[in-house]
Amino acid sequence: MISIRPDYKAILELVTPGSSVLDLGCGNGDLLTLLVSEKKVRGQGIEIDDKALFECVAKGLNVFHDDIDTGLAEYGDKSFDFVIINQTFQQVKRPDVVMREAMRVGRKVIIGIPNFAHIKARFQMFSGGRAPVTQALPFEWHDTPNLHFLSILDFIEYCSKRTIRIEDSYFFWKSRRVWIFPNLFADTGIFVIAE
Amino acid sequence: MKKTDNSNRERHQKHYSPSTNDYSLNHGIVETKYYTYAHPPDELELESGEKFGPVTLAYETYGTLNESRSNAVLILHALTGDAHAAGFHEGDRDPGWWDNMIGPGKAFDTNKYFIICSNVLGGCKGSTGPSSTDPKTGKPYGLNFPVITIKDMVNAQRYLTDYLGIGKFLSVAGGSMGGMQALQWVVSYPDRVGSVIPIATTANHSPQQIAFNEVGRQAIMADPNWNDGDYYGKELPAKGLGVARMVGHITYMSDVSMSEKFGRRFKDIKKPFKFSPEFEVEGYLQYRGDNFIKRFDPNSYLYITKAIDYFDLSNGRGLYESLKGIKTRFLIIAFKSDWLYPAYQSQEIARACKLAGVEAIYCELSSTYGHDAFLVEVEEQSHLIKHFLERATRDFNQA
Repeated sequence: MISIRPDYKAILELVTPGSSVLDLGCGNGDLLTLLVSEKKVRGQGIEIDDKALFECVAKGLNVFHDDIDTGLAEYGDKSFDFVIINQTFQQVKRPDVVMREAMRVGRKVIIGIPNFAHIKARFQMFSGGRAPVTQALPFEWHDTPNLHFLSILDFIEYCSKRTIRIEDSYFFWKSRRVWIFPNLFADTGIFVIAE
Repeated sequence: MKKTDNSNRERHQKHYSPSTNDYSLNHGIVETKYYTYAHPPDELELESGEKFGPVTLAYETYGTLNESRSNAVLILHALTGDAHAAGFHEGDRDPGWWDNMIGPGKAFDTNKYFIICSNVLGGCKGSTGPSSTDPKTGKPYGLNFPVITIKDMVNAQRYLTDYLGIGKFLSVAGGSMGGMQALQWVVSYPDRVGSVIPIATTANHSPQQIAFNEVGRQAIMADPNWNDGDYYGKELPAKGLGVARMVGHITYMSDVSMSEKFGRRFKDIKKPFKFSPEFEVEGYLQYRGDNFIKRFDPNSYLYITKAIDYFDLSNGRGLYESLKGIKTRFLIIAFKSDWLYPAYQSQEIARACKLAGVEAIYCELSSTYGHDAFLVEVEEQSHLIKHFLERATRDFNQA
């Protein structure tokens, strides 16, 4: 395997072989494909973008053309071992609803977010006076799909206010694992959460 | 008044049939075959409990059945379709109704798959229907033809597939009423369907859909020539059937596709005003309506629309209950501009799959063609279906 994205690698290690996985906003299906081939999971994706959905179908994945803000209602409680929300939580209209639904539907939720308070973003804000454009936040202000800008600390605080238990967390800067001051040095955070 | 260059007929063809007779791109010359069974006393038992026979089904096949009999795909046609889904009949200018999807290298690749398409029970294109001769009387059945349902159509096809030696289909696919049959196949014979592709369809007919069908039926029955269905060999209820067809055509298009196709353009006529068709859209609908009698039996229209209206896959329970434990993988396709079978109805099928834990893909395609999109939008449908069938083949061979 050549250069698997670090967040994918982390998620791949977290998911139990043979389990059932629901990927919310599965994009072009790369992560689900990896999970199906490496971990033999029973995978289901939800994706709103036409082109991304076509790519998923080409990869032989099960995917629903749907909005993750509303697309979970039919699933029974704990009908998946894992619900993955990777790099899409900041894009949903109602994060609270999606979080609640994901936790209802999944035994565990794996959530990956871009860190808005990463040092490079801070630098661009403070010295450049511009909205940050970084590897983890690659969009210009006018064409970003991101609706919410949160930091790793914001997310941790969000969870503690809602008695959401963070079981595990992983932080990355590009492909490297970050061990100290993640809110400053990590551009991506992966959290495993449970009720 | 504006003049237009193209006749309506030509306009229509631009969308519906590739104007090529290049046989390398399709299945070449094909022939309709016939299978007759259910001779008394072994008649076909209908959903109503009535026994009916003999039954003839017209069918066509394309491609070759492989040795393991694992590459068979059943294509199911819509309300006014027939067994002639692909290729050309000897001497014909136009190919079968889904020729853009079935053929070498196409979505349903005849180099890989063995494709079967049959005319439904109750039809008028070679299968037994109200216009067929009742062996007991020597006359056409007319209204003595029994009430039939989508389930009966599927059951009738099952005997044909037994005869053809197909134990289990790689896939069963169809749009509109064809999608209903495909869904019914899964529920009636789950072990015989590896995967299913319901397109622009529904698990049950809504009141609005029933209403449109009822207008069509009333138009036929209001035609004095209809004569309680006893018109064979006499003057046909052509006008009634024509009006039914006009209503149908309106529901198959979208506001946008009609605007693009006709606008408010006038036909090139210089007759005094007498409510003869002036707008292009009027001319188009009348042309379609008037010509429909040449290829369709009014009584078949009554029976088949009724079968569609009766269709309810959920059978009074939750739809997901009907799908529980089913191993068939679904590819559900809907079109955004289809207001006859709106996407929400396909979403209901997808939702039932979610609830029942059935493996499924749901895709809503952008198209402005309305319900007709399933016959016209080749590229995106082909992409989805090709890949879906590849995966279905892998699953089938593993099972």
